[in-house]
Amino acid sequence: MIVAPPVTPNDSAFLRLADITKRFGQFEALKGVSLTVGRGELVVFLGPSGCGKTTLLRIIAGLETQDTGSIVQDGRDISRLPAIKRDYGIVFQSYALFPNLTIFDNVAYGLVNRRQPRKAVTGRVQELLKLVGLPDAGSKYPGQLSGGQQQRIALARALATSPGLLLLDEPLSALDAIERLRLRGEIRALQQRLGVTTIMVTHDQEEALSMADRIVVMNAGRIEQVGTPREVYSLPATPFVADFVGKINVLPAVSEGGGRFRVGSVTVDTATTLPAGTSARLYLRPEEVGVHVNGTAPADALPARVSKIEFLGAFCMIGVVIEGNEAAPLVANVPRQFADGSGLAPGHPVGVTLPAPAIRVLG
Amino acid sequence: MSSVAASSPGVPPLPRVVPQVHWQERLAQGLLLACCAALALFLLGPLVAILVKSVQDKDGAFVGLLQFREYFATPALRESIWNTLWVATTVTAITVPAAFVFAYALTRSRMPGKIVFRMIALTPILAPSLLSSISFIQWFGTQGVLKHLLGSTSIYGPLGIIMSSIYATFPHALMIVLTALLLSDGRLYEAAESLRTPTWRKFFTITLPGAKYGLVSAAMVVFSYTVSDFGIPKVIGGNFNILAIDIFKQVIGQQNFNKGAVVSLVLLLPVLVAFLVDWWMQGRMQSQFSSRAVPYVPKKKRWFDLAMFVYCATVATLMLLVLGMAVYTSFIKLWPYDLSFSLRHYQFGLIDGGVISSFFNSLEMALFTAVFGTAFIFATAYLLEKTRGAGWTKSAVRLLAAIPMAVPGMVLGLGYILFFNHPDNPLGVLYQTMTILVLSTVVHYYTSSHLTAVTALKALDNEFEAVSASLKVPFYKTFFRVTVPVCLPAILDIGRYLFVNAMVTISAVVFLYSPDTQLAAVAILNLDEAGEIGAAAAMATLIVVASTLVCIAYALVTRFLLTRTQQWRATPIA
Repeated sequence: MIVAPPVTPNDSAFLRLADITKRFGQFEALKGVSLTVGRGELVVFLGPSGCGKTTLLRIIAGLETQDTGSIVQDGRDISRLPAIKRDYGIVFQSYALFPNLTIFDNVAYGLVNRRQPRKAVTGRVQELLKLVGLPDAGSKYPGQLSGGQQQRIALARALATSPGLLLLDEPLSALDAIERLRLRGEIRALQQRLGVTTIMVTHDQEEALSMADRIVVMNAGRIEQVGTPREVYSLPATPFVADFVGKINVLPAVSEGGGRFRVGSVTVDTATTLPAGTSARLYLRPEEVGVHVNGTAPADALPARVSKIEFLGAFCMIGVVIEGNEAAPLVANVPRQFADGSGLAPGHPVGVTLPAPAIRVLG
Repeated sequence: MSSVAASSPGVPPLPRVVPQVHWQERLAQGLLLACCAALALFLLGPLVAILVKSVQDKDGAFVGLLQFREYFATPALRESIWNTLWVATTVTAITVPAAFVFAYALTRSRMPGKIVFRMIALTPILAPSLLSSISFIQWFGTQGVLKHLLGSTSIYGPLGIIMSSIYATFPHALMIVLTALLLSDGRLYEAAESLRTPTWRKFFTITLPGAKYGLVSAAMVVFSYTVSDFGIPKVIGGNFNILAIDIFKQVIGQQNFNKGAVVSLVLLLPVLVAFLVDWWMQGRMQSQFSSRAVPYVPKKKRWFDLAMFVYCATVATLMLLVLGMAVYTSFIKLWPYDLSFSLRHYQFGLIDGGVISSFFNSLEMALFTAVFGTAFIFATAYLLEKTRGAGWTKSAVRLLAAIPMAVPGMVLGLGYILFFNHPDNPLGVLYQTMTILVLSTVVHYYTSSHLTAVTALKALDNEFEAVSASLKVPFYKTFFRVTVPVCLPAILDIGRYLFVNAMVTISAVVFLYSPDTQLAAVAILNLDEAGEIGAAAAMATLIVVASTLVCIAYALVTRFLLTRTQQWRATPIA
């Protein structure tokens, strides 16, 4: 019963939020948020602390009540329903496992209450423990498990009653780096296998990019952008999104018309045309900046110098200063092999290319 | 782009969402409201009764502040205020430094025997405050062994009150200061060491500031205790008048409830001030706390350790001499003429005289107080901390739970008479019953128990209730299946605290007992009054034994729970 056929995210709205606002005293936590989540989708709320993402999750769970706005889940208006009458499972950063109950009793906690026959409960718990990869943990206590194992149990407990919606509140933030990476993949795989509509809250952009079907970037109580990880990364809708998700170069520029922009003393071609004289900012990811050692540079490369090299393992981060544009140094990511093979060092002359399609122009 | 989500200012605001309240939430809020009402009835009711009585004359007519004017016009009564304050200040000035050095020795030295010293220093908690007075009378009284040491000064008076109060308050001060010193951060001392800070400077720049709030809190507790205590001055005070005695005289002696109400309001004032000072200081302390603090581990220093050992040994010996004299008195024939061993005080004084029934009354009362008090206090704290909504009820309960600390037992007791003995009060049937003794004792010791419960509940994960709701499990099931088992050590601690205090309490209940419900501590008072000091000592000894047994049982049960049923507390394997 748990292993439903894989569901591909589709457009049929499972959850619809409309004009949600919430105030805590003078603080406006949510300033009118509207959003639709499709059935079987994994949506990640991403943003800095205080952006309202956790408040929004708690409102969906009925743990807080929105001041205004409505929530419809699976065709049912749940705006005013108390938490206990809604249909969801939830996992918290702190795991919130009951410390005095065994793993078995923790997972069975919601099942026992439904007056199911004992055998059915036992079977279901075993099934879930197997599903999260801890089939033999039943007789242990939460305190005897590692953080990652406890979070798997919390997930099993949340899924036990087959809820229509799974809510994950920073589920990986309390774990160490290695467990975090492993559990990230496991949660995503499990979610896709069960096809359960899932909302996850995180402040970790890498987590969001790797797990989400769609990312909702939030800032100061508003939604900045909703899109697939690729859209959010490559086509940030606002300067905030560009800055918050991944590293990015920002170049203050003035339009010269026809997609050309003046940046300091050089001109840059982009795919976006603005009226001449308009001020704008050009955003470019470090890995899009082309760095060419002398001799291999294409004709249109801008002459530049290496200002510093930072070794980061698989790749190197190179600081480059374009001649005549010393005020705005750029950062470029190049593979380690390239940095090593070309013998780059601070002060070396290089040619820099800024590919027009990769440049995002924002006001 | 970000302006898309902004609501334009011209649009009328959407209707405010009013959440449906589930019946379980209503149940929780209803229960909390009931708890709040009970607290108001059994705490505020009596206090209001005192206020009302203080502005009335004997016939119940409103006379404004006339009673107060009469009171302050009586020199003897005015003198009581001064007496009360200077005695309490002296006790505070001696007890707190003495307890601080003791706690310092326990935490900052490597002297041997720390556990034994600590246990001995805490024994006064197990005894009624009267025990020390009886003991000091035996040592320094008219027929005392060491009477000559005092010269012409009499133990019956301020000296006796001060000595007995120091003995009785020492463990209270010690526990508070000890906690403050234990909270200190070892890393601060390591940093100071690396900067070659001299020892005295470390003491004045790290130790004292760190213990500052604990010292203030201890001072306020000792001061309040001494001001409020009635047993000690009654037994050893002689003709020395203090406020607590004045209330007793006005109420029991002259049946002047109006004047009694006035005096109790005067008594309430210094305790209230001490309470507010403490509250204000505790509020400022929060930011000091660091969860990453490393406990301080003292190094061996021969002379310092020796000095500390000598100090603690002296204090412990003195305490044992006080307790020992009371126990000894109960087992000899007739002080100081016939010192042969005898059980006659127990046999003739207590059993044959029928006074022993008051000991069983005390056991019964302490048991009821521990069981029902703990249940009520913990349930109320749970509803307060872990359920949603009921905003103003929660504020009211928080305030009501804090008030008892600021109300001396005499004041509470008098309030109970005035409130429950009022002809129009349907609850008057409770007057002079076991029930009212239990109720007044629970209220009297409410604040500390409440704080213990709240601390334990705050240590639980905040999301247990949210998880239960998402799994559609009613809150009360989670309360019984998770909250209570996890908080069991704190619950038992509250039960022990209430039991031990109920065994020794006297100030509130002295107004409320009937011949059928006389309590052990009150019996001591009456035996002492009748000159039966041997029997009084025997009763005090019985109380100490009962309380000690309960504490041992508590220690064993807690240990059993920690090793068996709470095996989940085991350190993580992975």
